[in-house]
Amino acid sequence: MASAPDAGLKQTPLHGLHVALGARMVPFAGYDMPVQYPEGIIAEHTRTRTAAGLFDVSHMGQAILRGDDPAAAFESLVPGDIAGLGEGRMRYTLLLNEAGGIRDDLMATRIAEDGTPALFLVVNAACKDADFAHIADALAGKAALEILPDRALLALQGPGAEAALATLAPACRDLVFMQGAEIDAGGVSAFVTRSGYTGEDGFEISVAADAAEGLARRLLDLPDVTPVGLGARDSLRLEAGLCLYGHDIDEATTPIEAGLAWTIGKRRREAADFPGAQKILSLLSGGAPRRRVGLLPEGRAPVREGAVIRDVDGASVGVVTSGGFSPSLERPVAMGYVATDRAAAGTPLEIELRNRTVPAAVAEMPFVPHNYRRAG
Amino acid sequence: MANRRYSEDHEWVEIEGETATIGISEYAQEQLGDVVFVELPAPGKMLDKGDEAAVVESVKAAAEVYAPVGGEVIEINEALNGDPSLVNTDAFGDGWFMRLRLTDPSELDELMDEAAYQTFVAGLA
Repeated sequence: MASAPDAGLKQTPLHGLHVALGARMVPFAGYDMPVQYPEGIIAEHTRTRTAAGLFDVSHMGQAILRGDDPAAAFESLVPGDIAGLGEGRMRYTLLLNEAGGIRDDLMATRIAEDGTPALFLVVNAACKDADFAHIADALAGKAALEILPDRALLALQGPGAEAALATLAPACRDLVFMQGAEIDAGGVSAFVTRSGYTGEDGFEISVAADAAEGLARRLLDLPDVTPVGLGARDSLRLEAGLCLYGHDIDEATTPIEAGLAWTIGKRRREAADFPGAQKILSLLSGGAPRRRVGLLPEGRAPVREGAVIRDVDGASVGVVTSGGFSPSLERPVAMGYVATDRAAAGTPLEIELRNRTVPAAVAEMPFVPHNYRRAG
Repeated sequence: MANRRYSEDHEWVEIEGETATIGISEYAQEQLGDVVFVELPAPGKMLDKGDEAAVVESVKAAAEVYAPVGGEVIEINEALNGDPSLVNTDAFGDGWFMRLRLTDPSELDELMDEAAYQTFVAGLA
């Protein structure tokens, strides 16, 4: 059943393809996006874990930061070691506010344009306008940001992703996890990174908007490749223990509470030269009052975002920030924040569900092991 | 089915004597997507028309199911505990939710018949 297009919603270059494939479209971050195709979320999820799933993530923000030393400039906004990235290397990092809260999470790849260093940035759709304004303003005079509204972004994820993409872009085989390069994909110039948001091996493929549908259709023609919507994107990233911005992390959350201290480079800790460094480094040494943890509720009923977490004596100790059903494990899984003294794996807790509570245990994440193709 | 009637919340009711079998419509299961859990009421529970009778959980979200008519819960579909996807594969058959002993058969008059419901659903597109 086709739903009426909402006035004011933006469309990605693949919108017509989604509709043609029978997707159910929903508003997401100002875009009319596919939440699922006719096969359904569980089938799309399973196909991504066992073969390959193709996602349209063109709603995300893409930009290039240029300047005399764009990496050094960008480091004034994020805690990651960006200056230390070799050409073609990519890092997950965080835009921070002055209180050490997370404005957004993003991917930064060091690229070279005719020998001149630059950074290729991919940020969340819902944050992109604010992120780009913040970056451009904060780095004015030191680096210039070119926003790339005419680029599409496809993600091809799963154990079959490499073989599928290699039919059009054999050079993708040379990439390892968190590495990117400009390569030819069936006659289309593409900036391809070996990365993603599912826990699987896979690629994100940035191409000119007018080349996106042709490339997507050629990939979907391959027997191993299934179109996957936002529904399975969410269940896949939750199984992989990956944060969803605006839910698991936000302006009021520090990287330490979020379990993202690993994103703070050693040199950056010593220099303490990123926004909110004093607060973040004091939490790092003294401990944060709460921690993001994985949660395994007993039984079959999913617990959802916002559910209060209690200790076994009934005292409130935290809240669920993402919760759903894991198609891979065939059981509910969740993540949330709990008081640090309740954050050890195995700690028994109770989670509110409608008019009762369900027993749950703190669990290690990821819930489903990552399957990345790392170097070496 | 000639005697199947529908609520605007997409529950269906079929009447046999004074027993009302209740489920959710094909349209509702399509909108929900893959059902992964159904929370059913305890047999013996008294439901008024419009009371929350069950909760159906898909991968993405939870949705309440309201009693389209009032009555006492006399049977629940235990098969949904083992295979909640029956709601997707056979919404009008093996995916039924519960049976009620009707309190007030006149409540059925307020529900839509098949033709009225199809018109109602078409208007939602």
